[in-house]
Amino acid sequence: MRSLSEIDTISKRALRAKGFSWGISEEIGKSVKQLELFGLPGLKNLNQYLKIYDQNKFQQIKLISKNNISENKFHCPISSGISFLDQVKSLEKLKSLEFNKIAYPILFLSFVSRASEVLGKKILIKMDEKEFMLNFNQSIFGNYSKSEIWENSNTVLINFIENSNSFSEEEWKEMTKFANETFVEETDELKEKSAGAGLTDND
Amino acid sequence: MEVQLRSPKEIMKLSRLGCFHQSKLSFLRSFLDEFKDWNYSRDLFELNKEGYGKAVYSFSKNNRTYSLVCFANELSEDERSDRVIATKWDAAFALYDGIPNKQDIERLNKNVPKQEVGRLSYKELTLSRANRSVRLFNNVVENLSNGRQPDKNILSKVGYLYRTTAVYGSGKFGLADRFRVKNRSEIKGPFRLEMMLVYLVRQFTFDQINHIAKNKNPKKFVELDIKIAKGLGIGNSTGLGMAPFIVNHPTLLNNWVLARETILKKIREVESINKYKFNIFFTCLKKSIKNVENWNTDSEFQKNKIKKLLDDLKKTIKYLEKINIGQKFLFNEIYKWAENQVCEECLEYLVSIFMEPFDEIVNEFKHKMSSDEDKYFTIPTERKTSELRDILEKNYSDILNLDFEKKENNHNFWFISKNKEEPRLGSRFEVNGSELEQPLAIARDIKKLYERVIVTKNSLSIAEFLLENNDLRHVVRRAFIIEKFPYSEILDNTIGKQLMPIDMLRLKLSFFGAIKFDPRSDKWLRICMFQGAPLPNQLKNFDDKWVYETLN
Repeated sequence: MRSLSEIDTISKRALRAKGFSWGISEEIGKSVKQLELFGLPGLKNLNQYLKIYDQNKFQQIKLISKNNISENKFHCPISSGISFLDQVKSLEKLKSLEFNKIAYPILFLSFVSRASEVLGKKILIKMDEKEFMLNFNQSIFGNYSKSEIWENSNTVLINFIENSNSFSEEEWKEMTKFANETFVEETDELKEKSAGAGLTDND
Repeated sequence: MEVQLRSPKEIMKLSRLGCFHQSKLSFLRSFLDEFKDWNYSRDLFELNKEGYGKAVYSFSKNNRTYSLVCFANELSEDERSDRVIATKWDAAFALYDGIPNKQDIERLNKNVPKQEVGRLSYKELTLSRANRSVRLFNNVVENLSNGRQPDKNILSKVGYLYRTTAVYGSGKFGLADRFRVKNRSEIKGPFRLEMMLVYLVRQFTFDQINHIAKNKNPKKFVELDIKIAKGLGIGNSTGLGMAPFIVNHPTLLNNWVLARETILKKIREVESINKYKFNIFFTCLKKSIKNVENWNTDSEFQKNKIKKLLDDLKKTIKYLEKINIGQKFLFNEIYKWAENQVCEECLEYLVSIFMEPFDEIVNEFKHKMSSDEDKYFTIPTERKTSELRDILEKNYSDILNLDFEKKENNHNFWFISKNKEEPRLGSRFEVNGSELEQPLAIARDIKKLYERVIVTKNSLSIAEFLLENNDLRHVVRRAFIIEKFPYSEILDNTIGKQLMPIDMLRLKLSFFGAIKFDPRSDKWLRICMFQGAPLPNQLKNFDDKWVYETLN
């Protein structure tokens, strides 16, 4: 078994060998390591991406907008991912955004996961029929767990999820009632003998 | 009185970092302190008459066991090499997480002696190999087998029976990643498990040499005297492999140096020092002179440094013999005197020994020397380029004055060799490969970054700046790290013609607790670890100033 440290190093070096800058290569090392930690096939997809990198001219994207459409070529998952990560704080106000045609979307996913941590918000991403909830880069929940090469996604929808609770106020009150059962009923005697301030604390 | 921390611009220069010495903060001393109440045991010792075979040593406490698995193999004289390109060693070792069973030992036997070309698993924590000191090993066997103890003078000159040539950890070659152990309650700082491996290897060297001597002449043989054994450590040969580490782990480097600097500041701020504390310091200082006198090297560079150090230490002792111990802020006065009167090597030596009487100041910092590096990896891209410019001007001012158009400032490049994947340093004007340069020319790249930032609109966000400048992304990241971690960067040129790479090695080795730095060239050196340290069965009760005790 390869360690995560080895995965990080080899991903970084392999990307650098294709002419990416050291800074970008460091980013992909961290991202692939994170994907593998979450049980997603990062290295396999990066390997395939690098194998066809010279033949395939991917669509490079710098400034990300609400709709990121490429007519012919597939978006590069690395440049799209890094741009998304770098710009996420300004993209947040769009609430949602869309890409068409992203190559090796698993690689793109890793950057969006890291962006969720930067933003402090969960991000829901739909890639064709697959859905992933990205939880502050602590975990990824999704309906995809295959260890395979996923070459491209035609439609990618990204939704920034507002920080909110999954339960109602009513449910919170009900839970509070349960929790209050751990408290001792307060009496004057208890106030006098067990509270530091005594009965009159406003003199 | 408040003393300011020493400026990174003063301390983070290579010539200064190359003067650092072991101290109470050193990882090998912390390791002994933290594991002293663990149960030591030799669990297996199956060596043939010549001393070849396998052995297992362990430390256990509660439900946790760490086991050193040793393999000693026959090696012909022409196969023995300290160079990292060697493929065979006298002995090879792995620290196993738990108690290895027969299958584990069999698996390790197939892989550990192969080192870099073997495969380890997440159950192994650290990996190493070592060669005998040819100068010493046979001499000691000869003496012991004839019923004599070896000559202490010869022993103290070398200081060890075996020399490791690499100690690997943190996921290398399939070893356990750091995340698997970093939250264990007994792992209180960096490199503890590497130190455990080296410490147990030391015990193996004593057991092996006794075993060989006994089998050579069972009737006359005597065991190596415990006091002599205590005076022996483990050697280490270290090349450039260590240098990139301190560049590639900026927050970790910061935490090491910051701990040292903060302790110095606090000691200088102590208003009154009693005689007892002063005497601890003064006794350690005087005893340590023997270590310096026994510090042997063929390197003219180091010989000069040692001579100056010895002269200045003698001068310091004369000064201290007459000092008024009752004066306020005594250590601040000593520091200020030393700053003006002794060389950098001696000044940093004194800083290390200042710590000896101050457990109450030092101890909390021993546990603040790790770093969760991933937390600081992401670039704060919402910040403005004006802020980046300010950070660069504030923290890298000396570097910004360097002219990298001059050949001597741009002379070297760091690269990774293909055969052993080891870092190397070459002249870009003399050897091929500079197009594959590693990102270790931080000063040059910071200067490039600055030149671009000053012609960029101040209000631009870093995200916008990176759209056109991602080639310098690695140093943008570093700039935002140094803003929070002022000692995270070597503030010097790591590719200049005048570079002494051993300064980088020595910085790291001093934090390990190494002594007797012996440069064999400007690119590799030998050191000694654990010389004078208690043996495993002495750990329950030992003097933590052992490092200042020498063989003679």
